[in-house]
Amino acid sequence: MIAFILRRALLAIPTLIFISFIAFVIIQLPPGDYITAYAAELRHQGEYITEAQEAAMRAQYGLNDPLVVQYWRWISNIVLHGDFGYSLQWNAPVSSLIWDRLAITLAISTLSLVFTWIIAIPVGVYSATRQYSVLDYVFTVFGFLGKGIPDFLLALILLWISFVYLNLNVGGLFSPQFQSAPWSVAKVIDLLQHIWIPLVVLATGGAAGLIRVMRANMLDELGKPYVETAYAQGLSESRVVWSYPVRVALNPFISTVGWALPALFSGDIITAVVLNLPTTGPLLLQALKMQDMYLAGSFILVLSVFTVIGTLISDILLAWFDPRIRYA
Amino acid sequence: MPAERLLELDDVQVHFPMREGLVKAVNGVSYHVNKGEVLGIVGESGSGKSITARSIMRLLPKKAVEPGGRISFRPRTGEEYELSSLSRNSRAIRQVRGNHIGMIFQEPMTALSPVHTIGMQIMRTVQLHKKLGKAAARERAIDLLAKVQLPRPRELVDAYPHQLSGGMRQRAMIALAISCDPSLLIADEPTTALDVTTEAQILDLLKSLQSELGMAIIFITHNFGVVADIADRVSVMYLGKIVETATVDDIFYAPKHPYTQALLRSIPRLGVDQGRRLPTIPGMVPDPFSVPPGCSFNPRCSHAIAGLCDVKTPPEKRFGNQMSRCHIADQFVQEPAHV
Repeated sequence: MIAFILRRALLAIPTLIFISFIAFVIIQLPPGDYITAYAAELRHQGEYITEAQEAAMRAQYGLNDPLVVQYWRWISNIVLHGDFGYSLQWNAPVSSLIWDRLAITLAISTLSLVFTWIIAIPVGVYSATRQYSVLDYVFTVFGFLGKGIPDFLLALILLWISFVYLNLNVGGLFSPQFQSAPWSVAKVIDLLQHIWIPLVVLATGGAAGLIRVMRANMLDELGKPYVETAYAQGLSESRVVWSYPVRVALNPFISTVGWALPALFSGDIITAVVLNLPTTGPLLLQALKMQDMYLAGSFILVLSVFTVIGTLISDILLAWFDPRIRYA
Repeated sequence: MPAERLLELDDVQVHFPMREGLVKAVNGVSYHVNKGEVLGIVGESGSGKSITARSIMRLLPKKAVEPGGRISFRPRTGEEYELSSLSRNSRAIRQVRGNHIGMIFQEPMTALSPVHTIGMQIMRTVQLHKKLGKAAARERAIDLLAKVQLPRPRELVDAYPHQLSGGMRQRAMIALAISCDPSLLIADEPTTALDVTTEAQILDLLKSLQSELGMAIIFITHNFGVVADIADRVSVMYLGKIVETATVDDIFYAPKHPYTQALLRSIPRLGVDQGRRLPTIPGMVPDPFSVPPGCSFNPRCSHAIAGLCDVKTPPEKRFGNQMSRCHIADQFVQEPAHV
């Protein structure tokens, strides 16, 4: 097991290096560079810098160096100093912009993932063990509705309902008076009053799909001979179902943890924009629209790293969970 | 039930309502098993032999209906169970399963949980029925693995099914089934998926375990050779009914049902009738939605009498310990069939 984890972790290193290089190339792809954009910005404000000044600045920022040298400077700054570069649009270091948002995104997304599982696994198991029962049909209808309604629409409806009928101040994560207040019990309560809408929105969409996956997996597993063996041992129905087929049917859930992590950060952008959440999604969208190279590049890099780490985590979890993978 | 009786089935019926019609998979099966005896049940696929066994275990598919029949069971411990009245998930049947009746299945490859160790699966059963602690259950699991002659039981107790060969898995399956000293072991085609060498080893193992533990076995198979090897008595099933029951010698040397005779004739034998075509039973097994009236074997039977066999269902005719469901069974008493 330890050898397995070590091997997987070592394999992740070259992947990460390759991905960071690709991310950097993508940053460099748009025509022009930081100085061109800066000069255009100055011209826009009625000021002017000469070609010679531009060239001097390029030399100063090292923009004339070969791509590989620039890459090395960029990546070593990130790895050694945690310096992700400078955002043109926000006029601030990238790292000061992203970490707060990453933390909030991680919190919201993890919570919604947990909610999704708490809903999807029991409902999926119930639907499979009581196939074609009334409740199974009810869950199926709700599942397809949940999958069919776009998240942002559900978000808008919930916003409207809670604003008009419940008189709650809902957009964002905090009420204005708590926006920059230090953490306190009142602030946490305020957060809980706001966070349920994004959680509900994100969990319904995810759970609707996962219920179907869980139901299908369970139906496959329930027909297998080892389930009959378990019954023939005298175990009770609930004990058989939860300790045998559910264990096997959870495998696809575990292997999707890897995709869940990056999806948590880039996904649900529209929902986040609609709900005015201070997460990473809207910031990434804006950075791409404004060609804010270092900000966008840093996001791409962070997302890629999360993809690799997520895959690594789900590989390890899967091996821990399923002996057939561990010893293969 | 007589004192020596362990299990008695009386007119057991299992039907499956389907869109195409009613399938009478088990249509009035009666047999009994005495303490410590091996009953072989022979029949082709779809004859209802496995469904009957599942009816004893109350593990029928959920869409099955049981319009009638009684199953009585009295394990060595003495209490009496009316199995046919127990529901699938009742507490009483859960005390019987795995504890008084062990079951071995056909597919050793898939009949054990792929994500639990062999030892874990045995320990669960032992802990459940014998109320043993974890360490004691583990010791018992190791003993059981040794008893089914698995090599290195102390290591294999922590092995997963996919690390074992087919024969080893079936041994582990047997260890699981006998883990609580059952009075009855139901073996549902336990050697069908194995090669003949392994099959012979598993049969030897079952025979030695049977004499050592004194348990009775219901051995379900479609292979007469296997039955000859292990069974004391044999019941032959055709289309949901038992057509003949007799001691293993009578089945082979004095069969009194044309179906049994035809099955025995179609077994290839070394050195006999070389160069001749092997006799086969004419026709096909009728589809389960249109079972022929009268004796269900009559369209394929060379002795069938028009106006009798295709009209009247034959009664159970008894000749000592032998039972045959054939109108003309008496005829085979005077002139034993040449098989």
